[in-house]
This record gives sequence, structure tokens and C-alpha cells, in this order.
Amino acid sequence: MELQHINVKLYLERPEAVKLEAVVPVFHEWIQQQVCEELLIDVADYRHLHGGPGVVLVGHQADYSIDNTDNRLGVRYNRKADYGESNRDRFSQALHAALRACQRLESEAQLGGMIRFNRRDLRLFVNDRMLASIGSSRNGEVQRELGGFFASVLGGEANFEMRVESDPRRLFGVEVRALAPIDVNGLISTLA
Amino acid sequence: MKTSNTLWKERLSGKLPSDLGREVDIFETQIALRKQGRVEERLFAEARLRRGVYGQRYDNGQRHDGVKVQQLSYPGQGPTKGPHTLWDAPGMQRIKIPFGGLNASQLEVLAELAEEYSDGVAHITTRQDVQLHFVHVEDTPTVMRRLAAVGITTREACGNTVRNVTACPYAGVCPDEAFDVTPYARALSRFLLGHPDCQDFGRKFKPAFSGCRQHACGLVSMHDLGVVAETRVVDGAEKRGLRLLVGGGLGSVPYQAKLFDEFLAPEELLPIAQAIARVFARLGEKKNRNRARLKFLVHDLGIEKFRELVLEERSILPHDSRWADYLAEAMRETELPLAAPDAMPEVDSEPFRRWLGTNTRGQKQAGYVVATVTLPLGDVTPTQLRALADVARRLTRETIRTTVEQNFVIRWVSKRDLPALFEVLDSVGLGQPGAGNIVDVVACPGTDTCKLGISSSRGLAAELRTRLAVTSLQLDGAIQNLHIKISGCFNSCGQHHVADLGFYGVSRKVSGYAVPHFQVVLGGEWTNNGGSYGLPMIAVPSRNIPELVQRVCEHYVTTRMSGESFKQFIKRIGKAAVRELVDDLARVPTGQENRFYFSDWGDPREYSIDDIGVGECAGEVISSFEFDLAAAEREVFEAQLLLERGEVKPAGETAYASMLHAAKALVKTEHWDIRDHADDIVSEFRKRFFDTERFFDPFAGGKFAQYLFGAHAKAGLPYSAETAHHLVEEAQLFIEASHTCYNRMGPQVRPVVNVQPA
Ligand code: SF4
Repeated sequence: MELQHINVKLYLERPEAVKLEAVVPVFHEWIQQQVCEELLIDVADYRHLHGGPGVVLVGHQADYSIDNTDNRLGVRYNRKADYGESNRDRFSQALHAALRACQRLESEAQLGGMIRFNRRDLRLFVNDRMLASIGSSRNGEVQRELGGFFASVLGGEANFEMRVESDPRRLFGVEVRALAPIDVNGLISTLA
Repeated sequence: MKTSNTLWKERLSGKLPSDLGREVDIFETQIALRKQGRVEERLFAEARLRRGVYGQRYDNGQRHDGVKVQQLSYPGQGPTKGPHTLWDAPGMQRIKIPFGGLNASQLEVLAELAEEYSDGVAHITTRQDVQLHFVHVEDTPTVMRRLAAVGITTREACGNTVRNVTACPYAGVCPDEAFDVTPYARALSRFLLGHPDCQDFGRKFKPAFSGCRQHACGLVSMHDLGVVAETRVVDGAEKRGLRLLVGGGLGSVPYQAKLFDEFLAPEELLPIAQAIARVFARLGEKKNRNRARLKFLVHDLGIEKFRELVLEERSILPHDSRWADYLAEAMRETELPLAAPDAMPEVDSEPFRRWLGTNTRGQKQAGYVVATVTLPLGDVTPTQLRALADVARRLTRETIRTTVEQNFVIRWVSKRDLPALFEVLDSVGLGQPGAGNIVDVVACPGTDTCKLGISSSRGLAAELRTRLAVTSLQLDGAIQNLHIKISGCFNSCGQHHVADLGFYGVSRKVSGYAVPHFQVVLGGEWTNNGGSYGLPMIAVPSRNIPELVQRVCEHYVTTRMSGESFKQFIKRIGKAAVRELVDDLARVPTGQENRFYFSDWGDPREYSIDDIGVGECAGEVISSFEFDLAAAEREVFEAQLLLERGEVKPAGETAYASMLHAAKALVKTEHWDIRDHADDIVSEFRKRFFDTERFFDPFAGGKFAQYLFGAHAKAGLPYSAETAHHLVEEAQLFIEASHTCYNRMGPQVRPVVNVQPA
């Protein structure tokens, strides 16, 4: 099954220390300098929403955000345009883009280090219910693909735990917990 | 753009209500035609607006990034979506929700769409619609199909059409109403949707219903058509009637609606609305869109003359059984509760008590309440929508409505269930108190997403909300119930005219820099259905508005007379005193600290409106001929596709239909009420355009008209692949000839009715 519109969310360390208003000017600067591969268009500020999308950097091919869905703050990459030849390509691309964005945020001087991926927890999901939905008979196959993908990029099956989303109304995806801290630079190189 | 669009089309094929499904198919064809350059951009723009597919800020490919106007290089160099509107630029999808009524499945679908096609938020508007932002135009047919599958249409959500029919969210349960206006609002909404008499307006037309005169819930006084429920006792029996108002509207020049009829018989509602639409289509301004709303026509003619024309029109309308079909049902219709009425249990919780005090109100049905779910800035997340769907299923018969204050109400909650409801709402951040009070600030999209926005209405609203929420408990009771409404520009989508404290965005130059400002409008009346409008006072830099709010409110609390409302207070002290009070706030300080003033709330970029786009609020004024011809062209395109698939019979029939459509379009320019009947169309066309030789081509003479006559003569006979093929080609030529004929006819092709203003 061809999956598209892959999303990756990297959960943050000390989310309570994050001041989302500080992210708004950073995202505006990213647009000014068009720092990403995707065309960056605008910033949507949803700080006023409980458990909402937070601050979204809207792009043409993808959105980046500091997302607070489920009241869990994370750097999210939301791929909107189709991509790649295989599902593996698409998992890799989305994870790579999310890690690169996170790395960039971690080193933004204006943010003073307040944004930091916790190096363990991430979520990968498919933002398209037609292509992947919970309860679908094809999920076993997709899960195996995802398991294989994470095993290959995290150094083997023993290095992580993967939990599959079970609420049928939510987007299909998996929560991944690395059993040892992820080496972000190393993972970026692996995915590049 | 989603890769799953074709899969959705397949999955939902045959599962949609046929009329809604057909609508979406037509729109999809229009998209395909535009991509091939076979529909002109202006026409496509109005066509998409009529499906609720709206432009959004920066879709002209320009965005001021704080330093300079940046060109946004969208990858596709394809067609435009309309004048200065790039194809790939994200847009807004407006979704019509008649009278704000939603059920649980609809909430769930809205949640899915917000997640998959938008930026993860659904937005409730001041006219009870739902909006999704940052949607790609090529995803919109799928969005529409998924909505249609749960009974929602986006048709005529924008453009020069009859917009969403709004109504009090308390209709049917309000202790003060004369009777439930819901069935009347629903009937009007269905009747006018796509009605041929409503396709040729110069601007939009907004209807609203209210169950009483005194409250604000329906805001009928500011609508093109306002309907208020009334009862009278006649011969000892209570009789229903409708107080009808026309020609109200906000915009840059607000008008209060005029009384058309004090007590209209309910069976006359639909025919009178139809007659009003026909008079508006015929006499309303078409060229100057700034004077094209019904309010100008009513004003120019005078209400007496307008009424006379409408009644004249009414008298010649052919009978339509739909006018009265719904009435018996309307008398019977009542929503039912799920749970039995019961007393509320004791709950020892301060947040719950506070919420209970501001967010619930008793229904006329004992033991039940309506609970308001306050949405900050009208925004709601998919998770919250699903929680609302769950709780609406669990505690009620899914009786949810949106409100013009950008909130939801849940009706028919048994008092017993209030703690359980609050618990659910609170768990998803929807348990905020303050519904309808000063903290519940209303704002249009403004510079966030609107192409016309001048100042950040949402940014200011968020700032005021945050500040007021902190102090709300200490605020004097007189202030608690004031209303703040903010529009990003003079177009008034935030309804600032009917707020106690209203603001609309303006821009001023200070030391050579543009500075975002708001014009302050004070003393509007929210009650009495938006009974009177506020007075513009002074333009103040955006950054000083929170201070202004505080100062004006304090002045009100300390100097008001006993029992004096805010509106009365403003009227008494007058504009000069208000100006004196806030004059210093109108100035931008000099020196370094003024940098703060050169940006807007919630937006750190240096302020500029150099990238502002061309608005689409009203859409392009496209003549009905152009629309009809575009439909004919779409049909001939569909005929070609059918032919390619070997579907000979439908191909021939569709090609013939396209010729009739084009012929009818021409006939309509002179004979508006031509019946939709092939014999009538062909005979009128022959009489008016063939016999007079007006349709004749300088070289080919009447050849193209003969194609129509030939097709008509053979209608109903079987088609071969060859005859169908010929017919498709002839249809194409006939449509081209219709265009040429229309162009030869010059600009004055509609009958001109000479009416002197009163
Ligand atoms: S009031 Fe102005 S800024 Fe606000 S939505 Fe309307 S047109 Fe846009």
C-alpha cells in the first residue's frame, strides 16, 4: 500500500519550559530566509488553543510546527505534497525533515535552548485516512514496514518499542520509544 | 494536494445525495477545464466562490516578510484561480451550516477535514459557518464529497449568492421566543439554495431568523432579510406570523433593516423571499459593487416603493408547492431530549460554579439547559470536535449549534448531566467560563488569513482575551457583560458596529512608517437584534487598544448614572468627551520605544500592507449569461469525455442539453422567466434570434442555429457513435456562436426597468 502525507512528531524535553510566543518570530525569519527545502508561506498562531496545533509554519509541500496535540509538545513535520518511490523513502524523508527542523530550533539563539527533542520519543503517522486507517486489514503489513524501518535506522529491533495507535477515529500511526538516547546527528546522516 | 482524491471519489461514488454529488462533479469538471485554460479566470473565480472556495492572504504570491515584499515561488506555473490568485496558493473553504445546526457525525467529519486538509483547526464564523484555512483548491472536491456524505453542502457559501441562513441558536428552547424559527430557516435555506432566481445578484444576500425582537441572538436588523417570529391572538386562537425586515447590513456603511411586513403569514415567507430575490436581481446595482447590496436598493427606492415592487412580483409568481409543503411539519417539529429532566446534583467545584454561572441558560422546557461551549477566537481542534461529538451523543440527541459569537451551544442537557458535561469539556480545554461576556471577544480573520485585512483583529482579540481573563473576576458587573467585536478592516465581518466596544482595522503613516491602527466604534447595541450601531470615535494605534479598553471601561464604571447602559453612557458623554479621555493614546510615541508600534499583535514582522490582495468577499460580478454559457461549455466537455469512454447515448444527450443551455442563456437576456422546457427554449430562440437574424454569422449565416434545430428535431432518437460525435462538435460551434452573438448585443442586454428613487 502506498502511503503518503507522512507526519513525524518529535517530543520535547521539559515542555513546560517552552514559551511558544518565542517561536513565532523564529518561524517568520525562516520564511524570510526560506531556510527549508519546502516553500514556506506563513505562520499560523494557535497558542490560544488547548492541545492544539501550537504554532504552525505553513508551507506549500509541508508544514512545520511546534505542535501540542494531546497536550504533548513536539516538533512536527507534516508532509502535504506527495513524495518518493517507496514508503521507506517517505518515512525517511519525513523523519529527516523533522530532525533537521528540530536541530535548527535547538540551535536558534533566540530560543535559548528551550526547544530540545527528548531523544527518545517520537510519533510517525499518516495524515490521510484513505491511505491508512485504524482497523484496516492492511495495517499488519504497514506495521511490519514501519517496524523494519525503525529497526534499520535505530540500529535493530531491540533498540526501541513501538506502539500502534488504537483509537479508530484518530490518524493511523505509531509511537516509538528509543531505549537509549537517539544520536540526532548520526540519525540525520543515516537518513540523508 | 492529496494523493487520495481519486480514491475518495471512488469510495463515495453512489453514496452521496444525488444533488450534492452532482454539484461536486460539476465543480471538479470546472477545475479540470480551468487547468486546461478552457474557462476564463474571472468566471472560474466566481464559480469556486459559489462553492465556498475562497482566496486567502498571500495567494497573489506576495508576502511582506517584515523587510521587503517577498515573492512566493509556488512550484506550479499553471493557471490562476482567479485574477491575481495563484493556483497552488492555499485558500479557505467555507462550509455553510444552516441555522448553525450540526450533529455528531458532522462534527467528526469536520474534525477529519481540519486534520487532513487544513492546518488542524476549524474556525466558527460570525455567521454560523465553519471555515478551514490553507486548503489546496484541488482538494476541495474531496472535502465537499466528504461533507456531502454527512449532508453538508458548501454551495453558495461565498459569491454573489444567498449566503448561510442564520438563526438564534436557542430557537425552539428559548423561554422568550414566540415560536421555534428553525423549520422556517431550514425551509428558506433549502428553497433558495441554487434557486434560479438567486443566481444573478450584484452582491451577496444574507438572511437571518430570530425567535424574538428583544434579544441579539439572530441579529436580524443587520441582514438583507430578517425574519422575527411573532404571535397574535385572532378570534381567540393564537396565530403565527413573521415580522419581515429588509435591507439591513453592516459593511463600511451600516444600515438598519426596514420593516417590510409586521405580520407576514408563514405560507408567504418563501414566495415573498423569492419575489425579493427577483427584484434584487433585476434592479440591484451590478457594476458598482460598493452599492450593490440590497440595502442600497431599499434605500434608493424607499421601503414603500420596494414593497410595492416585491408584491407586484409576488402576484405574478407561478405557484410552487414547496412554498407550503413544510408548514404542517413546522407546526409539529420539536427536538427531543435524550435524558429525563432532573435536578442538578451538588458539586463542590469553583470552576464548575463559574462556568455554570456564565455558560448555561435554562430552556423553556423545565429541567433542561443550553450549555455554551466558548471557543477562543472561534477556533476548535479536531480532538475537541470529537469530544463534543461524543458528549453530544452521550447526553443529548446530538443537538449542537454554532453561534454568531463563534461558539457552540449544546441544547437539551438535563440539569442532572451538567457536571458530567463540564468534566468532558474541561478535559479538552473547553470548560472556559465567560460565554457572551467581555472576555468572549469576537474577531474576523483579519490579517491572519483575509486578503483584505488591514490590522490583526485576531491578534488583538487574543491579547484582550488574555488580559481580560486575568482580571475578569474582579471586573465590575456592569463591564462583565459588555461585548467586544473586532474587524480587520471596514468590511465589518467581525460585526463591530453592534458591539459595545467595536474596532476595525485602519492603517496610518507615522514618521514615514505604516502603523497598524484600529478605528474605535463605541456604543453599538447588541440586544434588540443588533438594534443600533455604534459611533466611530477615533483611530488608535493597535498597540494602545488594550489600554483604551481599560480606560473607557473604568470611566464607565466610575461615572455612569444609575442603571445606565454602556450605549446610553456613550451617547450621554458624547464623542468629544471620549476623545478627550483617550486622545493621548491616539499618538505614537517618538523615539526608540515606538518600534513596538510598527508591528501588530501576534505578528513580529514590521507592519506593512504593501502585500495586500484584492478581496473576494463579494466575488466577481458575472452576468447570468456568462454563467449559463460556462455551464453549457462544461456540459459539452462532459459530452466529449462520455464519448471517449464509448458512452454514446449519454454523450449525445449531454451535447444536446448543452446547446439548449446556451440557447436558453441567450433567451434569458430578454425573457427572464423562460421555462426550462426544450420546446419553449427552441421556439423562443427561433423567434428572437433566428428569425431576426441576430444569431447569424456574417459568413455562415444561420448554420449554427440549424444545429440546434436539427438536434431538437431528433431528440429522443437513438444516437450512433458517429451522430453523437457530430453532435458534440456542433454543440461546441453553437456555443461559440452564442458567445459571439452575446458580444454583438453590447452591454445593455438585460431589460432595464426605470424606477425613480423615492
Ligand atoms: S472585516 Fe475585513 S479583514 Fe475581516 S474578514 Fe472581513 S474583509 Fe477580511
